[in-house]
Amino acid sequence: MEIAIISGKGGTGKSSISAAFATLNGNVVLADCDVDAANLFLIFSPVHEEEIVYISGHKAVINYDLCTGCGLCINYCRFDAISDKKDKVIISEISCDGCFLCSRICPENAINMIPNDKSRLYSGSFRNGRMVYGRLAPGEENSGKLVNMVREKAKQTAKENGIGTIILDGPPGIGCPVISTITGVDKVVIVTEPTISGLHDMKRTVGIVKKFNLPAYLIINKCDINISMGRQIEDWCVQNGITIAGQLPFDRIITEAMIQSKSITEFNPEHEISNKIKIIWKKILNQKK
Amino acid sequence: MFKIAIASGKGGTGKTFVATNIFYTLMSNQIDAVLVDCDAEAPNAVAFFDVKLNSAIEVTHLVPVIDTNKCTFCGKCHEYCNYNAIFMLPPSKIINVIEDLCHGCGACSVACDYDAISEKPFPLGNVTSYSYNNSYSLIEARMNIGVMSPVSVIKAAIKQIKVQTGITVLDSPPGTSCPFIQTVEQSDYVILVTEPTPFGLSDLRQSVETLKAINKKFGVIINRAGLGNTRVQEYLDDENIPLLLEIPYKKEIAELYSTGKLVSESDPFFGQQLLAVVENILKQNGNSNNKR
Repeated sequence: MEIAIISGKGGTGKSSISAAFATLNGNVVLADCDVDAANLFLIFSPVHEEEIVYISGHKAVINYDLCTGCGLCINYCRFDAISDKKDKVIISEISCDGCFLCSRICPENAINMIPNDKSRLYSGSFRNGRMVYGRLAPGEENSGKLVNMVREKAKQTAKENGIGTIILDGPPGIGCPVISTITGVDKVVIVTEPTISGLHDMKRTVGIVKKFNLPAYLIINKCDINISMGRQIEDWCVQNGITIAGQLPFDRIITEAMIQSKSITEFNPEHEISNKIKIIWKKILNQKK
Repeated sequence: MFKIAIASGKGGTGKTFVATNIFYTLMSNQIDAVLVDCDAEAPNAVAFFDVKLNSAIEVTHLVPVIDTNKCTFCGKCHEYCNYNAIFMLPPSKIINVIEDLCHGCGACSVACDYDAISEKPFPLGNVTSYSYNNSYSLIEARMNIGVMSPVSVIKAAIKQIKVQTGITVLDSPPGTSCPFIQTVEQSDYVILVTEPTPFGLSDLRQSVETLKAINKKFGVIINRAGLGNTRVQEYLDDENIPLLLEIPYKKEIAELYSTGKLVSESDPFFGQQLLAVVENILKQNGNSNNKR
């Protein structure tokens, strides 16, 4: 079973909750799909057994020995990436989308496409099973392809090691990396917080989850920050058919556990939050789709 | 015009909190300011202000429409497409455009030798301009649900900035990939907001490396100071990175923020601290003020 934890808004507690889920059962495969800001490795210090190079697209680079400065590529580029500066055609690495069109239409064959090869996928073991995570190199396009690779690797690892549960810690937002994280999973857990931003982003997240027709569970984290906002979220969920799996209060112990490189359930198994997380996890695991 | 981007690697560290409070403080000190919410996947800044709608534009890109009567199923468009957005089964005479995957680059139109490809606009999101306190001052980038990348909508929002003077505050998306780069690239200075936790520090390091690589000036605000440990301060000291402000962790701040209220409105001291941060940035980086 694949379970994805996502949130829309960042910083609601996805990774802390994923870390707790990953240390409750016996063996799990834990996949960190937040390839733009992977953090779970900080808690679990996995032993790397495999490192795979990930090519995140290409960038166009001009060979000035061949370029005649005709400017044809400027007219064809739809990403405003190519411009004429002081009689020299320049490609902005930041704006280039890697579509190859300029390299195809250049009459002098003066444009080369260079692969972005600085991103990595890692897999290995951690104290409660196997771990897979991706690290996107800064500035590269987070297209979701690396997330797909992480998930493929996680599935393969689960199969090879006879592990039944895969936990996917998702990225923030609702774009391609999130879509790649949730497509085809068995269950989605949405972590929100009772703030005006949390509510707004949660609605957009539910929108994307519904688009893919996935069973969703909601956790209201830091629920005591604003009780009445929490009620608004509950009401909205009831009206929209989203199951509330549980609510967790704010506590500094979450940060203390993180500093000790432990999940909350490892750091203090009998704490109120740990007990609540155990109940939530059971509910999510056991409920039929 | 001087543009300050508010960014962070890790989500939820307080980017929007800082951006909205800086904007409010500037406005209430009669300094011309524009706030642009560039977090198009999760735009939240406008909710903190009593705004009036000014104008809205739809952001689109062009996707191909294939005329199967003219198409010879030669496969050249499929070969040119670098995004796997053209699905083709020549024996069954099937050719489809997967619009969600298309980046709108136009390569397929160029590839087609049979004039079988035309184009139509595909909606990506909206850029909405609002006025606040009777001045044209808030711009929101909002990507449509189901769209893959927010970059086009972010670019369009930044293009909507009409003023030439004053200060523009860009509320950046999280992370260090394309959406973040698109936002900070447009700025004269970047304020990184972090929190004093291991996750906060790890993502801060990544943001710092990225900003150094693209030669941006930046400083750091530590939000929720006192919550975790002192490793972030030690890192800033070691790397000689300016610590602009520490905002202490207080439950009251979290409560106020949760209701959509601005702390600088009820706590003038906090407003003054933010104003001092901006004034210092301007003093030290004022030369680039007239760059554009």
